[in-house]
Amino acid sequence: MSPDLLKLIFGRLSIDSLPLHEPILVGTFVMVALGGAVLLGGVTYFRLWGYLWREWFTSVDHKRIGIMYMILGIVMLLRGFADALMMRAQQALAFGGSEGFLPAHHYDQVFTAHGVIMIFFVAMPLVTGLMNFVVPLQIGARDVSFPFLNNFSFWMTVGGAALVMASLFIGEFARTGWLAYPPLSNIGYSPDVGVDYYIWGLQVAGVGTTLSGINLICTIVKLRCPGMTMMKMPVFTWTALCTNILIVASFPVLTVVLALLTLDRYVGTNFFTNDFGGSPMMYVNLIWIWGHPEVYILVLPAFGIFSEVTSTFSGKRLFGYTSMVYATVVITILSYLVWLHHFFTMGSGASVNSFFGITTMIISIPTGAKMFNWLFTMYRGRIRFELPMLWTIAFMLTFVLGGMTGVLLAVPPADFVLHNSLFLIAHFHNVIIGGVVFGAFAGINYWFPKAFGFKLDPFWGKLSFWFWVTGFYLAFMPLYVLGLMGVTRRLRVFDDPSLQIWFVIAAIGAGLVFLGILSMLMQFAVSFLKREQLRDVTGDPWDARTLEWATSSPPPDYNFAFTPVVHDNDAWWDMKKRGYQRPLMGFKPIHMPSSTGTGVILAGLATAMGFGLIWYIWWLAAVSFIAMLAVGIGHTFNYHRDFDIPADDVIRAEDARTKLLAGAK
Amino acid sequence: MSTDTHAAHADDHHHDDGHAHSTFSGYMLGFVLSVVLTAIPFWLVMSGALPSKQITALVIMAFAVVQIVVHMIYFLHMSPKSENGWSMMALIFTIVMVVIALSGSLWVMNHLNSNMMPMHEMTGMK
Repeated sequence: MSPDLLKLIFGRLSIDSLPLHEPILVGTFVMVALGGAVLLGGVTYFRLWGYLWREWFTSVDHKRIGIMYMILGIVMLLRGFADALMMRAQQALAFGGSEGFLPAHHYDQVFTAHGVIMIFFVAMPLVTGLMNFVVPLQIGARDVSFPFLNNFSFWMTVGGAALVMASLFIGEFARTGWLAYPPLSNIGYSPDVGVDYYIWGLQVAGVGTTLSGINLICTIVKLRCPGMTMMKMPVFTWTALCTNILIVASFPVLTVVLALLTLDRYVGTNFFTNDFGGSPMMYVNLIWIWGHPEVYILVLPAFGIFSEVTSTFSGKRLFGYTSMVYATVVITILSYLVWLHHFFTMGSGASVNSFFGITTMIISIPTGAKMFNWLFTMYRGRIRFELPMLWTIAFMLTFVLGGMTGVLLAVPPADFVLHNSLFLIAHFHNVIIGGVVFGAFAGINYWFPKAFGFKLDPFWGKLSFWFWVTGFYLAFMPLYVLGLMGVTRRLRVFDDPSLQIWFVIAAIGAGLVFLGILSMLMQFAVSFLKREQLRDVTGDPWDARTLEWATSSPPPDYNFAFTPVVHDNDAWWDMKKRGYQRPLMGFKPIHMPSSTGTGVILAGLATAMGFGLIWYIWWLAAVSFIAMLAVGIGHTFNYHRDFDIPADDVIRAEDARTKLLAGAK
Repeated sequence: MSTDTHAAHADDHHHDDGHAHSTFSGYMLGFVLSVVLTAIPFWLVMSGALPSKQITALVIMAFAVVQIVVHMIYFLHMSPKSENGWSMMALIFTIVMVVIALSGSLWVMNHLNSNMMPMHEMTGMK
């Protein structure tokens, strides 16, 4: 075939794009291929395809979609953590003339992929998954406002993750750091597909994130059950509302910045180039207008989880509910006023730097208020040290530490010393792991019985907890020290032998965290095997306070046979106190949305389009784009969007629950 | 229990409260205003009626802002009361965010520019 024809069909994709010369990648590919073959074989052998397609992939049930988000987050955590282990090992080894085991070309991809995956495809899915699962239950709704959109959002996130994963074996990923600053990410310095994978992976996933933000805002504003005024909403729902407002307000900025970078790379515009009037600094400025709210997008729901957990396991109403709500709202607004603290050193004058330094320090006030609220909730409470509470306490200790180093970094002169050093790396891992990751784990341990009807095994959970916490401190405290000594981030080899010991300690810490992750997987497996012993039939295993615990575990498709009516904060606690009786008759048919495969198909086409654009396979991009329009328009003619669960089915489900409840007494 | 009266929930997807239903004349008025507000800037540019380019640009932006308001009122049917005030709240929040992002970026970028090392004349930079 002629080279022209090949180029027309495959764009820049060729046999050389496969990293056959990199033994680490070939090994990984073999492992992934084997694992994938076993998984797919297993699914085929047990004839699960139909079940998975009908009950999960095409499901518009917010609970199932939430669980799928969590699975995506945990799977991607394994990938992102593998990158982390490789970095820690490389830095511990590359001393005394040794080059370590990662060539520069590969190492740069590893740290970029680690950051991108951990933020976009681990933290975001975990947070979105928990919000998706919990929020409709907490506000007494049957589903989110736009159930189909929810399914579509999820699959777009998966599509973005798939593109990033594909870069591992087809071509390469960006070598620019997780925010892909130009001019390095411009076509002149990054002519390969790496940055294009980055751009299209994030754009495809970004559609999902934005739509899911709109969906959840609408759900919270419109679908609250009767009696639940704004100031009677559970704190987790409040934080979810603020987070989704942040998502809707900030993700368009990311989309636009990446679109401008795309234009620079694809059609030769000069928004962020060095010459022709372009300004790379504008990219840095704009991406942080998205980037700073992003960290609050992640941590606010975690604050919500800790609020629910602290109040439940202290057996008390949350201290200072109103101040908690206002603190959340203030953080939401303030998070838009601090973005410049990510680039104090870029060259703005003293007035700009001091303004943003002060706004940054001000953020610690509402955050500190929250911390005191949790402490006062625990004060004189009857605290039960179950797993969610353990994670919460570890969070409080760790997050305060990370917050204080954050305030330190907020001082511009100090930042000039610490900018881009390992001190910064230690700081943001301290708040993201200590805040978001611990929060997600508290949430998983807390709501798992609600999702599956049995608790998670406490032994393996505690093992995982201790490995994670000690591993975290061992891995990141040395980085504070190294950062203070002036070691910058993203280095591959070191000259000064006296630094090595700190990197070795950090690597040991990462190893402990690895054991923590393995224990957590073990915890899931053991809990599944022991599910009969861990079974909860009451639907309220923790003696909890909010509405999601009023229904069965797992909740029926329709969540609540009758829409609850709320009279107080902590609605379920209030209902229990008033001697609430479950209604046993009078059930009616329940109107529900139907499953649809359109979301999977649209997201698949979007991913194919992204792949075509990355590799300059223009026909593929065009065909998938047209197909997307066709499927999207076609879907508007689908009139089978809803159905009624017959009253008989509702009666059957509710009677089964009545029997279970009677057996439990 | 009377304290937990349950409301039937079968009909919650057919609500259309709070929407201002627009009329044909409303849409026409909006359309005419939009056309006029587009035609004037177009004429300003084509004829060069205003002395300087900068003034022309500012006037066009002013027309764009009015255009946005026209769209919001006549096509999106937004009013301070629609959706129980949520539309208004969202609008205020959006304006605050846009003002922060725009004015902040201008401030920051200007500062960066004036602190640049004097290398050579960069006329294109704003």
